[in-house]
Amino acid sequence: MRIVVLVKPVPDTASGGERLRPDDLRLDRAAVPAVVNANDEYALEAALKLTEAHGGEVHLVSMAGPTAPETMRKALAMGAASGTLVTDDSLAGSDMVSTTRVLAAVLRGIEYDLLLAGADTSDGGGGIVPAGIATLLGLPYLSYAAKIIPDTEAGSVRVHRISATGYEVLESPMPALIVATQALGEPRYPSLKGIMAARSKTLDTNSLADVPLEDGAAVGGAVSTTAVLGSEAPPPRAATRVIREPAEEAARQVVEFLADRRII
Amino acid sequence: MVSSTPNPEPRPTPTYRLTEDQAALRDAVRVLADERIAPRAAEIDRTAEFPWDVKELLASHDILSLPFPEQYGGLGGDLLTVCLAVEQISRVCATSGLILAVHELASLPLLLAGTDEQKDRWFPDLAAGNKLIAFALTEAEAGSDVAAARTRARRDGEGDDADWIIDGSKRFISQGSVADLIAVFAVTAEDDDTPRRDRLTCFMVEKDMAGFAVERVEHKMGIRGSPTAELSFRGVRVPDANRVGAVGEGFSLAMRTLDRSRPGIAAQAVGIAQGALDVAAAYAAEREQFGKPISDFQMIAAMLADMDAGTEAARQLLYKAATEIDAGAADAGRWSALCKLVAGDTAMRVTTDAVQVLGGYGYIDEFPVERMMRDAKITQLYEGTQQIQRLVIARALTARQH
Repeated sequence: MRIVVLVKPVPDTASGGERLRPDDLRLDRAAVPAVVNANDEYALEAALKLTEAHGGEVHLVSMAGPTAPETMRKALAMGAASGTLVTDDSLAGSDMVSTTRVLAAVLRGIEYDLLLAGADTSDGGGGIVPAGIATLLGLPYLSYAAKIIPDTEAGSVRVHRISATGYEVLESPMPALIVATQALGEPRYPSLKGIMAARSKTLDTNSLADVPLEDGAAVGGAVSTTAVLGSEAPPPRAATRVIREPAEEAARQVVEFLADRRII
Repeated sequence: MVSSTPNPEPRPTPTYRLTEDQAALRDAVRVLADERIAPRAAEIDRTAEFPWDVKELLASHDILSLPFPEQYGGLGGDLLTVCLAVEQISRVCATSGLILAVHELASLPLLLAGTDEQKDRWFPDLAAGNKLIAFALTEAEAGSDVAAARTRARRDGEGDDADWIIDGSKRFISQGSVADLIAVFAVTAEDDDTPRRDRLTCFMVEKDMAGFAVERVEHKMGIRGSPTAELSFRGVRVPDANRVGAVGEGFSLAMRTLDRSRPGIAAQAVGIAQGALDVAAAYAAEREQFGKPISDFQMIAAMLADMDAGTEAARQLLYKAATEIDAGAADAGRWSALCKLVAGDTAMRVTTDAVQVLGGYGYIDEFPVERMMRDAKITQLYEGTQQIQRLVIARALTARQH
């Protein structure tokens, strides 16, 4: 089976240096190294496991800045076979509607059985792009997947969708869009051979002009419907009390602390 | 592209940075070491058990395949890349870093002098990490004086392809008790008049050959998870197909092996030093005394600066040495001795200072620096003591005067 995974390079939160640019309050992507969005790695891991079990290949699709190939190589090193990237200066500052339109337009030109996306990204955090793509492409939308069970003969897929009380079993024909969760399993570390092999894998890089947008819909930073008006660091946390007692004693003190404040 | 000047022929420019591949492989090993090996390091030290799980991890991520040519399933990594990997693993766990260093060391006789048949036979399993290999040169009475070995191999019968019978014992053999294959250096000279450098021959002994036994595993000060074994050979019959290199070539093969393997130990030492420096710097920034972080005190700050300067200097000498050896430098022996000498001494000094920075906390096993200090000591001892490194360097110097 052929699986497309949406991946996005995001600033490495472990670097601790993420910031907005002072002039336009957009994320300063040059300030910190980029990594593959963690939730997308879970989606990729799930996709790789599916192709290992059922045969086929994983293809990456991304809309991102000019340094994205470097980050996408890391996803290729995990085992994806190839990738498509849309990068264009005019897309900087795109809102989620633009992103959705561009990705949907790219996906119209690609064949796949399943389209996997991470639940959200650690930079924008909107979490609506996958649903938007499913809507534009008319794909079944299976969210919060904890388990993915394809039936390649019947051309259908079952998903265990996490709910408040357990999980629901959804079934749909393929192709379908599935939003992955961390319950699908920890992403693998790329092997050294995977890293070497990633260098020669095809990464198809396109500008916006290469993307067949429907009805010439306007996209990009210039038509963004959202803007960041300001940003503030949260106030420093008040003094913290750390209890370093054996478990039972620690639990007793925590209960006492909460009870004193009538929290419990 | 618009350009008015003709495009000059691309020329290889000598680079003083790691290549993209080298940096990418190093970073991948670093992440794996930090996330998967570091959490095991204290336990490996405490239990003194060989970390089979770490060996599996290194195998499944192709790290053990680094030193082997691509045609045998290896990554064909150059010496510098192997060193980068050993360094990154040793930064969190010296025992684990040694798994790769020994794998490389013990495979070198085959790489340098093995026949195509021998490589076909053993390299695929070694590159895949299905099998481990050890290097058995040292004996109880033949440490620095390699040629004084007493383990003997004699032909059983006439002809150039007769089997060999090996008798004797080897001591301080890293991973000797967990290896499937052992490169054994034995005396094949038939009389005492044979020049010392023509006395030895190298053989691959397989662990299930009759007469081979692991006599005991040493209790050590550091690298406690790496089993250091005493091996005995009682009439072990070894086919001539297992002989590596020519009869009498063993001493020269052992020396050429060490010329290439010592940087691996230097890499282990640089890794240990960096690991200790990282812990000490983080501790000094957090630990408050007299109302401020101890890193604000000049005596501590100066120690940290010296530790960093020493570690970086050792690292750069190592990278230069590995690059020179990879390039086939005529004085490879000098480079490998230089980097092992400097890196080993640096690791000892930096880890000792790290314990000092942490004070009482550095002396207890709540922090890893006491382990790193114990681990560092071995890098001044094995694959030639620091005294032997100086001897090699001085001889290279003297030779230049003629």
